Amino acid sequence: MANTRPLPRLDSTNRDFWTCGAENELRFLRCGDCGTFIHPPRPVCRHCLSENVAPEAVAGTGVIDTFTVNYQKWHPAMDVPFVVARVAIDGAPGVILTTNIVGCEVDAVDIGDRVRVTFEQQEDVYLPLFEKID
Amino acid sequence: MRDNDAYITGIGQSEIGMKLERHPLLLTLDAVREALDEAGLTIDQIDGVSTYPGRVPAMLGFSPIGADELIDALGIRATWYAGGMEISSQLGAVTAAAMAVRTGQARHVICYRTVYEAAAMARPEEYPMARRDRVDGGTQWTAPFNALSAAVWTAQYAMRHVKKYGMTREQLGQIALTGRANAALNPRALVRQPLTMDEYLSARMISSPLCLFDCDRYSDASTVLIVSAGDAVDEVKCTPIRIAAMAGSVERHSWDQAEWMACYPTGADLWKRTDYTPADVDTVQLYDGFSFQAVAWLEGLGFCGKGEGGRFIEGGKRIALDGELPLNTFGGQLGAGRLHGFGFAHEAVVQLRGKGGERQIASDPRVAVATSGGGPLATALLLVRD
Repeated sequence: MANTRPLPRLDSTNRDFWTCGAENELRFLRCGDCGTFIHPPRPVCRHCLSENVAPEAVAGTGVIDTFTVNYQKWHPAMDVPFVVARVAIDGAPGVILTTNIVGCEVDAVDIGDRVRVTFEQQEDVYLPLFEKID
Repeated sequence: MRDNDAYITGIGQSEIGMKLERHPLLLTLDAVREALDEAGLTIDQIDGVSTYPGRVPAMLGFSPIGADELIDALGIRATWYAGGMEISSQLGAVTAAAMAVRTGQARHVICYRTVYEAAAMARPEEYPMARRDRVDGGTQWTAPFNALSAAVWTAQYAMRHVKKYGMTREQLGQIALTGRANAALNPRALVRQPLTMDEYLSARMISSPLCLFDCDRYSDASTVLIVSAGDAVDEVKCTPIRIAAMAGSVERHSWDQAEWMACYPTGADLWKRTDYTPADVDTVQLYDGFSFQAVAWLEGLGFCGKGEGGRFIEGGKRIALDGELPLNTFGGQLGAGRLHGFGFAHEAVVQLRGKGGERQIASDPRVAVATSGGGPLATALLLVRD
């Protein structure tokens, strides 16, 4: 996809998430005390309020929770259509990523489809996109 | 009347247009004047101001006039005021005002929402959008994937409803058709031509399953509701409308981490705070910035079960002006324009006072629900003419 993307501003809290793709890993913060995964990343566990949180890799697979096919060109240079989806991340209960499903026709996407992460690098950011698992 | 209740008294609205030349402060003044005239109040009797979301410098078209400016420009002597976006959606400004008058902070509070999005887009040199090299905050979780609009975020909730419960395009289309039919009877509505099902079904998709007519359109307008204390309503000449219950909640303020939409817990909360039930409601004015939000509100408020919204509105008769539960009788945002939440409470008051003219519900409505939001944020008001 040739689309340009607004990129996130990296800081001490979100940098690991947005750059973990450089090591071909998908990582989320996890509480070292109660095991809860924390996303968006913040320096405290939203379940037990522990500050003992650190990034942990997950398998990189997930399930499409819901999706939409975007047909509107929100700016003139935008290539459409493309799929925006919410992906529930395997092994990280409660964590859902908004992302794009790439590598297939837009009509081939459905709720419940199993997907795997594929990273797209733009500048210093590694965007976690997802492809269907055949 | 009970002294410790809060009431909506005067209501006002400017013209609703696109690319208006009239200054947004003056549009706000138009709505203020109409509200004061209706209530028989003078500006000297106003001692509070409440707005959503306050002035937003990065998106002036979204909210050009803050409470600070209105208070100063109109010479209001405010003993209480508030304006901000971190509240349970647009009508949260009304719930805040109701709490203020119930605790003696003020007696008559101007609540307002002024939008100038169409004019701002037409005159970017005067109303520039802030440009940033990078996105941050909540935006970083959607924008990098080109999920750039609330249409895209809301579409995902709607798609889940389609796939899980079988809502059809013909069913969803009834929200837009109903709104446009009612807008044709509202002299102020932005779009006054009815919409046919054929036109709806052949419209281009924006973000599936939402097509062009499922999305409201930028407009320029101001809406004012005066919230008055129970011991101050004898100062007004219009029929006071009691805020019988209110609820507002957040379902994680995030379009992806939220499991579902905030209109469901908010709707349930509303009925915990009153002896009224959904069966008592004569009309509903439900947020329809995107059509699906109104469907979700019908379910969240318990007018039908979760997943039954599509079948509930099928054919459109039930929610028509002469149906058992008239919906968005001013046209909603899909017909009247993107008034951004305040239009729903305004219309509930119009109907409860019998002032709807050609669009008046014939069955003498006394109980109404008005809502705003419905995604991660939601507010619901139960309004009653005693």
